[in-house]
Amino acid sequence: MWGIYLHNLLDSFPFFLKGLWVTIQISALSLFMSTVCGFFLGIIRSTRTRSINIVLAAYVDIIRGTPFLVQIFIVFFILPEWGIQLDAFTSAVLSLTIYGTAYICEIVSGGIQTIPRGQTEAAVSSGLTWPQQMRYVIVPQALRPILPPLVGQYVLMIKDTAVVSVIGLTDVTRVGWFTVQRIPEGILVFGLVGILYFLICYPLVWFSNRLETMLSTEKSGLG
Amino acid sequence: MLKTFNFRVIFEMMPQFLHGLGNTAWICLVALIGALLMGIISCVMRLSGKRLISFPAVAYIEMIRSTPLLAQLYFFYFGLPGLGIPLTETQTGIMALSLNSGAYTAEIIRAGIVSIPKGQLEAATASGLSLFQRLRYIILPQAIGVTIPALLGQMIVLVKDSALLALISVFELTRAGQLMASERFMPAEGFFTTAAFYLVIYFVLKFLSQQWQKRLIFQQDR
Repeated sequence: MWGIYLHNLLDSFPFFLKGLWVTIQISALSLFMSTVCGFFLGIIRSTRTRSINIVLAAYVDIIRGTPFLVQIFIVFFILPEWGIQLDAFTSAVLSLTIYGTAYICEIVSGGIQTIPRGQTEAAVSSGLTWPQQMRYVIVPQALRPILPPLVGQYVLMIKDTAVVSVIGLTDVTRVGWFTVQRIPEGILVFGLVGILYFLICYPLVWFSNRLETMLSTEKSGLG
Repeated sequence: MLKTFNFRVIFEMMPQFLHGLGNTAWICLVALIGALLMGIISCVMRLSGKRLISFPAVAYIEMIRSTPLLAQLYFFYFGLPGLGIPLTETQTGIMALSLNSGAYTAEIIRAGIVSIPKGQLEAATASGLSLFQRLRYIILPQAIGVTIPALLGQMIVLVKDSALLALISVFELTRAGQLMASERFMPAEGFFTTAAFYLVIYFVLKFLSQQWQKRLIFQQDR
């Protein structure tokens, strides 16, 4: 039996690759957008302006406190009720971006907080404007604590793209779901889906761990 | 937008939501216990220092961490019946959640164990304690205390992940919202109510985590 199923599965392999391509597109777009927005909001959050901070903290808490599945349902089913029509792909990218931005914002503002006050004071007394302080002094130094968790967050987001299959996007999980209706061997089908995700995510997990050891030894070498 | 928001229907559906909340709560508690067991076992195996024992644990942890929970859930949901293992949807869900969360818990506990000073282990070994005794009396009591905030964080993740069980038709919070969306055609009311319940759980767990963190800092100061 398994021989036939395996044969069928190999026949439908091109569909899996197509699904993988959708997964990669959604991941790349939303990773890029949430990195940009996350850095922007994270830098703003680290300035400790009270009113902005309350709003940002509430945003982060709401995103972190609810499942991504519920968020994507809200974007996909409720925005149309308010007259905003989005197709599945746009909804997926939008909700992933909103979701990822909240986490990256926290990572960035946390990283900036580890920079000693003296650095800011030195930058101010050198006559740098606030954007210059951030651009040349604070953010480059903060990248060291930011990068490892940022890559870790990328892995989490790529895995969370699997959830967008529920609003009808044919990503690789959805392809698996279709295939398992024809080839009733979940172990085979979702084993293959798992392998495809593993091929993307594992190098990133490895890279994140590597960054962590690399950056931390560098730190102790300097200290 | 709030003009059309129908609170009456939310109250009407409240028993369903509470039922879902109860299911979410007990499913997560059972899965948490499973995750702790899996975490402790695989972490001890990983730190054993013997290749033959540590490799399966490393493979398990890395495989789980590099694949989405939804794919794992479908893997068991569609795969187990083919192997002749009849589990209900809820049991499948609890199993997938435990295995998934166990891998992350293992990493958290490992961080806790690594944080224990080497002298403690040496003293324990020198006192002639067996591996089990060292774990039971020296290592785990110290490791667990430090890791409680991280474990509560993992609990938050677990609660949110349990929303995916709605996709294999387990009746929990998200499923209750979905039902309201499909039966009453009120997605806004359904999903916002669901989100509100999750937020309550989140804030409770976050508060506990912060309290514990304060306690830890206080202990260190003394």
